[in-house]
Amino acid sequence: MLRKYLDKIKPNFMPGGKLQAFRSVFDGFETFLYTPKSTSTSGVHVHDAIDSKRVMIIVVLALIPCLLFGMYNAGYQNALCSGAEMTHWEMFLYGFLAILPKLVVTYVVGLGIEFIVAQKRGEEIQEGFLVTGILVPLICPITTPLWMLAVATAFSVIFVKEVFGGTGYNIFNVALVTRAFLFFAYPAKMSGDSAFIPNEPICGLGGTVTYADGVSGATPLGQISTGAQQITDAIGDPVSTWDAFLGLIPGSFGETSTLCILIGAALLLLTGIASWRIMLSVFAGGLVMGFIANTFPSELYPASMLSPVDQLVYGGFAFAAVFMATDPVTAARTATGKYIYGFLVGVIAILIRVYNTGYPEGAMLAVLLMNAFAPLIDYCVVQTNISRRLRRLRDKA
Amino acid sequence: MYSHITLHRGLDLNLQGKVEQGAEAGSMVMPSIIAICPDDFPGLTPKVVVKAGDHVEAGQPLMIDKNREEIKIVSPVNGTVGEIVRGERRKILRVTVTPDASANTQAATSGKGAADATAVKAALMNSGLWAMMRQLPYDIIPESDAVPANIFITTFDSAPLAPDMHTAVSGKAAEIKAGIKALLTQTAGSLYISVRDIAKTEPLLGNDLKDNQRVTVAEISGKHPAGLPSIQAANLAPVNKGESVWMLDIITLARIGDMILNGRCDWSTEVALTGSEVKTPHMIRTVNGAAIEPLIAGSLKDNDHNTRIISGNVLTGINVGADGFLRFPYRQITVIPEGDDVDEFMGWASMSPNKMSQNRSFISRLFGKKLFAPDARINGGRRAMIMSEQYEKVLPMDIMAEYLIKAIISRNIEQMEALGIYEVTPADFALCEYVDPSKLELQKIVREGLDYLRKELS
Repeated sequence: MLRKYLDKIKPNFMPGGKLQAFRSVFDGFETFLYTPKSTSTSGVHVHDAIDSKRVMIIVVLALIPCLLFGMYNAGYQNALCSGAEMTHWEMFLYGFLAILPKLVVTYVVGLGIEFIVAQKRGEEIQEGFLVTGILVPLICPITTPLWMLAVATAFSVIFVKEVFGGTGYNIFNVALVTRAFLFFAYPAKMSGDSAFIPNEPICGLGGTVTYADGVSGATPLGQISTGAQQITDAIGDPVSTWDAFLGLIPGSFGETSTLCILIGAALLLLTGIASWRIMLSVFAGGLVMGFIANTFPSELYPASMLSPVDQLVYGGFAFAAVFMATDPVTAARTATGKYIYGFLVGVIAILIRVYNTGYPEGAMLAVLLMNAFAPLIDYCVVQTNISRRLRRLRDKA
Repeated sequence: MYSHITLHRGLDLNLQGKVEQGAEAGSMVMPSIIAICPDDFPGLTPKVVVKAGDHVEAGQPLMIDKNREEIKIVSPVNGTVGEIVRGERRKILRVTVTPDASANTQAATSGKGAADATAVKAALMNSGLWAMMRQLPYDIIPESDAVPANIFITTFDSAPLAPDMHTAVSGKAAEIKAGIKALLTQTAGSLYISVRDIAKTEPLLGNDLKDNQRVTVAEISGKHPAGLPSIQAANLAPVNKGESVWMLDIITLARIGDMILNGRCDWSTEVALTGSEVKTPHMIRTVNGAAIEPLIAGSLKDNDHNTRIISGNVLTGINVGADGFLRFPYRQITVIPEGDDVDEFMGWASMSPNKMSQNRSFISRLFGKKLFAPDARINGGRRAMIMSEQYEKVLPMDIMAEYLIKAIISRNIEQMEALGIYEVTPADFALCEYVDPSKLELQKIVREGLDYLRKELS
């Protein structure tokens, strides 16, 4: 029935039709709903069932545990700090209501730009933003104003992706640039004591947050960077590595729970969508750098007191390792290159976190920095292949 | 010499409709029309040397190469030239021949007893067997003036549903031996014969090759594309810039031997009719270039959906349709569903166990040996290269496929050379094209790149 309806309205969108200005949008929806009937005209006659829609959807699925946990954690943090009585379901509902407008805004802004650009270029709508649109709210503090999200998303989609040619051509990870844009343009809103805990009631759920003396809603890494001896939660109780692993701590919406991130990682690795080489080497790099820092602890650099394992479970490190560093478009593309790229992401993330006290978290900057270096790493790897071929020719001569 | 190599990368597609091992072809099916298509002979600039209505004998030239007139494409059968079909810009699409009552496919050739390099070469060219070989670089019929550094002969076809080549050459040990001897006159290098199982092929090759220093019999384990001579070359003795090598199959080798021993060349062929739309896959004895229709008549399932008839296998074959003709290398016909009449709701989210994929997000990957019946749909839209390391998984060569493809697309000759374009054929990239989630036409890209390079450097 739906098929019949689509066939009926399709002529309107074809060149010469009334709605031809929306052809890309129509194509986008049609191919989303029905597998295109186009069959191969050259080369192989059968194609693998995988396509980029499915690739993107799997990444989105892998992010769902983090999203759901983030909802619960938002309600939980609010309840903890405001003293409001909420059941588990109410906490969850609170978080759902808190994140929903942000998801809607990023998707509307990002997809809107994609639709316009696709139509201008006369191309099919590409599905890259499906992932970006869910990543952005997950890596931002929950209190980020909607207009800031809209501005940052528009900036990244236009200047980081579309000007380079669209999905598959960008140099930097679009979601991370959105985050970086917010971080540098509106630093007051993006860090500090009150950014990470939703502080207002929503639809009668939750309460207004007031902090007791001596405690704040800062993230564990934020507390460490200001020299706190003991990491506490927002009401002053100590936080253990296990708490951080589970994720009931203040932090960017979707990155607090290492457990949920690992569930997502398992899905990505099982389906082979993300590179295990990158993931493994990011964690290895983080452990090595964490170990080095911890071997030479210094009062000057409070984060060097953290054990290597703590380094991995606090902040955005695990999220960056699993979902950001593995973005195939902006990461290294050769097998050997991936080890180098991943390892350096891990090292630099901890390096920034520990030795640049201005930035309590380094994962975002580490991935962006290595995005810039990935082509160079690949270039060197490709050169070894080229020189191997040249050597063969020389040996023969 | 005997050697053994294992290729770790590659992929065997588990398709429905394989011909049973050891199946015999029945009696000769002689079609009422055959056609030879110059497109099957890359590198050839065709010039037709017959006119409609001419009588031709098997082995008589239909076309020659305009630039290298010694290279000939011959008629595989006695008969009358039907028509010379031309397409856009008068490009020759095919020359048809109507076989006469004799149905003779055996050509009398001149090369009997040829023993030295010049005589063998002349015999290869005159008989039309030259055009049945391929050359690296460029994957074209061999240049007439180049001396091959090595010669690669494959004795097995690893492509999906491909027939066993051994049945076509059974009992031809003497011819094969003579063919090996003749080809050794053409190169100062080595002859590499790739086999799947030495014990199985040794009776055909004879056991004296073990001590022959100029012949390497390489047993090759691994999935498709292990049977492609270009893949074998890349793993046995990679082609360097400035060199050229020849590639052929054991069927052509046996024909060469037959020519040397007996002064004849038989252009009949055994074809496997395969694929999920075939009732009972079986072998057919017919002739090169045969019309498809009589070969498949009555053999297809009575389904009410569209089908695609491919001359060749699903990876490198040509969509010829029921009114088409058997195309090079004249060994296989595959019939699969077309799929353009299927309405599939949100196919990208499918959990169906009938989806064939290398990706583990499809549950079909859980059933190890399940056989599939995929249709010809592309299953997605064309995209930029998003996922990395997809091609390398199925390309057992020391080639950085993604970078080579990019160099070809950007027509960067220096980079193409550096990345090893002289070592590849379009067929090597067929599996890459199959697994590619971005659905790029890799074989077409490589073919155009090779043609471009050859034109620029000549």
